[in-house]
Amino acid sequence: MAHSGINILFEGRNLTRLLGGLWISAKIAFIAIVLGILLGIILGMLRTLKNPLLRVILRLYLEFFRIVPTVVLLFLFYYILPQNFHINLNAEVVATLVFTLWVAAEMSDIVRSGLISVPRHQVDAGKAIGLTTPQLYRYVLLPQSIQLMIPATINLTTRVIKTTSLLLLISVMDVINVGQQIIEANNQHYQNGAFWIYGFIFILYFILCYPLSVWARHIERKEKLRNNG
Amino acid sequence: MSWTVIQQSLPIFEKAFWLTLKLSCYGIIGASLLGLFASFIRYFQIPVAKQLVNIYIELSRNTPLLIQLFFIYYAFPEIGLKIPAQTSGIIGLVFLGGSYMAEAFSGGLDGVPKVQIESGKAIGLSNLQLARYVIFPQGLALSVPAIAANVIFLIKETSIFTVIAIPGLTNTALDQIGMYYHTDESLFVLVIGYAIILIPLSLILTWLERRARYGTFGH
Repeated sequence: MAHSGINILFEGRNLTRLLGGLWISAKIAFIAIVLGILLGIILGMLRTLKNPLLRVILRLYLEFFRIVPTVVLLFLFYYILPQNFHINLNAEVVATLVFTLWVAAEMSDIVRSGLISVPRHQVDAGKAIGLTTPQLYRYVLLPQSIQLMIPATINLTTRVIKTTSLLLLISVMDVINVGQQIIEANNQHYQNGAFWIYGFIFILYFILCYPLSVWARHIERKEKLRNNG
Repeated sequence: MSWTVIQQSLPIFEKAFWLTLKLSCYGIIGASLLGLFASFIRYFQIPVAKQLVNIYIELSRNTPLLIQLFFIYYAFPEIGLKIPAQTSGIIGLVFLGGSYMAEAFSGGLDGVPKVQIESGKAIGLSNLQLARYVIFPQGLALSVPAIAANVIFLIKETSIFTVIAIPGLTNTALDQIGMYYHTDESLFVLVIGYAIILIPLSLILTWLERRARYGTFGH
């Protein structure tokens, strides 16, 4: 054999192209996570209010984004927005929009369950000493629930990063799409192209997600120890 | 949206529906067995095997199913292991789901209160009896909510099978769109298809969770 299969990664501009694809995935994930978390915090706080109509609407929103698989969500927005609403967005924007709405839905549930886990008497005590609602959130509810929300939020982040692998399905030039092109272009010279390229992408995703998982677990363990001690 | 188009495409979607359901079932059963096995290895702290299980869990949880499927379906043949698409799909689902199930079972087993184990020892149960009568029954009941979440998650993941051309619900919908431009109708049937599986299932699982919680308190 004239060359080993791993060289496919270093042939021409292949490595830069792969990392460029990864950059697009990362950009979409980053924007969606930031916007989704902000929107999710607001929705989560709204879901703790007593208004029944608001509760039903937000619950339906959450359940819709939970029940429908992300692949299907991507297709729904990708095909239906231009066809039925004449809104032509490019695939990257569609992906960012879908991911943002999805993160917001999941985040709203994380925030809600964090807030309702704070014992009722804490809120009553806060009201008794005359705290206003913003003060109640700032000094009572958030400090006691944020430790619960952080691990779940980090896990959600890793899920978003993993889900960026689906971008290929709506023809975003993400890392996997670039990988496929490289494999096809080098088919003649590298019989093992798929093995090395997909192996490399597998490792790339692992490198991105593993530290986040470890971090989330670390925080969870610390929180558990604090509660038991 | 045209109802005749939907009616005409229903037989194809029905086939796809059963295929999706079948592959999900195999995947979930396989993942549960693998997860149970892995969690036992972790629980009994079996040397070497424990480290292997931990490496497997980290690899499986921190990479997307899509790239796992690509690797199984496209890369394995290059090293001389040719696996048909549907089998690749099931293997991918078991590989992914096994780690999630293992975490669910482990979480349940770790959640059994210390006092239960100590009481078991105090009345003279052997390690095996302790596992059989005290730890597993309670641990499994505690892990039911996490397992239920995993079941839903794994069924949703089958939508990714389309990338290796398994003619499940998603792939069929994309085919219909590609061939006849029946975009609205196909996407509608696709969403309904998953809803038919997932909504009743999530209701059943919620009911089961309530039953299991009842079980943990020893009623």
